[in-house]
Amino acid sequence: MAVSLREYRARIKSTESMKKITRAMELIAASRIIKAQQRAQAAAPYARELTRAVSAVATFSNVDHPLTREEENPKRAAVLVVTSDRGLAGAYSSSVLKEAERLAERLREEGKEIDWYITGRKGEAYFKFRSRPVVRVWTGFSDQPSYDVAAEIGHALIESFLKEQGEDGDVDEVHVVYTRFRSMLTQEPTAVRLLPLEVVEAEDGGPGEKPGASEVLPLYEFEPSPEAVLDGLLPQYVQSRIFFALLQAAASELAARQKAMKSATDNADELIKKYTRIANQARQAGITQEISEIVGGVNALADANAGSE
Amino acid sequence: MADNLQVELVAADRTVWSGEATMVIARTVEGDVGVLRGHAPMLSLLTEAVVEIAEVDGDVVVAAVDGGFLSVANDRVSILSERSVLASEINVDEARAELEAARSGELDVPDETERRIRLAEARIRAVEKAS
Repeated sequence: MAVSLREYRARIKSTESMKKITRAMELIAASRIIKAQQRAQAAAPYARELTRAVSAVATFSNVDHPLTREEENPKRAAVLVVTSDRGLAGAYSSSVLKEAERLAERLREEGKEIDWYITGRKGEAYFKFRSRPVVRVWTGFSDQPSYDVAAEIGHALIESFLKEQGEDGDVDEVHVVYTRFRSMLTQEPTAVRLLPLEVVEAEDGGPGEKPGASEVLPLYEFEPSPEAVLDGLLPQYVQSRIFFALLQAAASELAARQKAMKSATDNADELIKKYTRIANQARQAGITQEISEIVGGVNALADANAGSE
Repeated sequence: MADNLQVELVAADRTVWSGEATMVIARTVEGDVGVLRGHAPMLSLLTEAVVEIAEVDGDVVVAAVDGGFLSVANDRVSILSERSVLASEINVDEARAELEAARSGELDVPDETERRIRLAEARIRAVEKAS
């Protein structure tokens, strides 16, 4: 009995130290979310202005640009999956990956092959474990993405998109799967098509609010020419969309981690309570047994004495 | 507000400067352009160069941009550039080192090398102009 009591106490202790760790992680995630949200807000003006500019060009010129052109019969699609670098964030990575698989299923039904582009170690591990080929992987920034990374990813994706059909590494469509940050409580995995671009308006999930519907866009003069401006604008627009996705994913990851760690802390609390009860019970049982042993011993002695007299 | 330009200088991840100004000078791919109040709506490509914003009280804000756009409409000027920095934020020694590195031709991509040289030069010039 005494042994198991010690065991319970050891278990309580280890659960307590685990609770301290999960609690610390919860607090860290909570403080980082605020930072992540601030970063997302700081990036908003750029995205907003860019969206305005793109819709201005789209309104006043006939947009025919390689990045907006639909391939007649698309054969290959690139899918960029934004996952986290570290675990302990509940179902965060697995739900993005599930969404990605759903999208892949749909694309395959449409007769397209899929090139995977991954960010985040969790996604990398997922594909490696299933030994599925991945075209490119970027890791090491999932909780605070920088614009440079977004630019690099955008560059790589645009490059493959612009290749002619049949060329090595050519893709005809680019999709992004990331987790949208709706609120601290809800984050939803989302899949959007990035390329070919639909310039008409910022679709749902776009980085900037679209310029108010009532606001009439002025008649812009383009220098040197609408085509040249568009040429410069669109790649940046794509990059800013990717940056937006990365920032949203970062905020979602932190929120998911905070939630996961909070429930881990709560669970640890429960466990401690349960073990304390069992330990107390064991202690009481031990005492009761000792008492009954002593009483039994005394009785036996008394009987023996009575018999000899 | 009607008397002045509303200027926003934004980088990809933050707003670098915003406020009222009387004039903005920037370098587009076709040459320098100065924007005053009442300028016709315009959208143009910038090159790696210095942007000057004349504030209402006469001070001049100098910044270096790495390409991007200038958009003017209804006395609102927005300068979008992925990595724009104010002159006060530039580390001259770093910029000089970058210039050296770019000139030494360690990159074998000529376009990129040239771009880096222009950017580093723009940054150095921005600091010189501001001081």
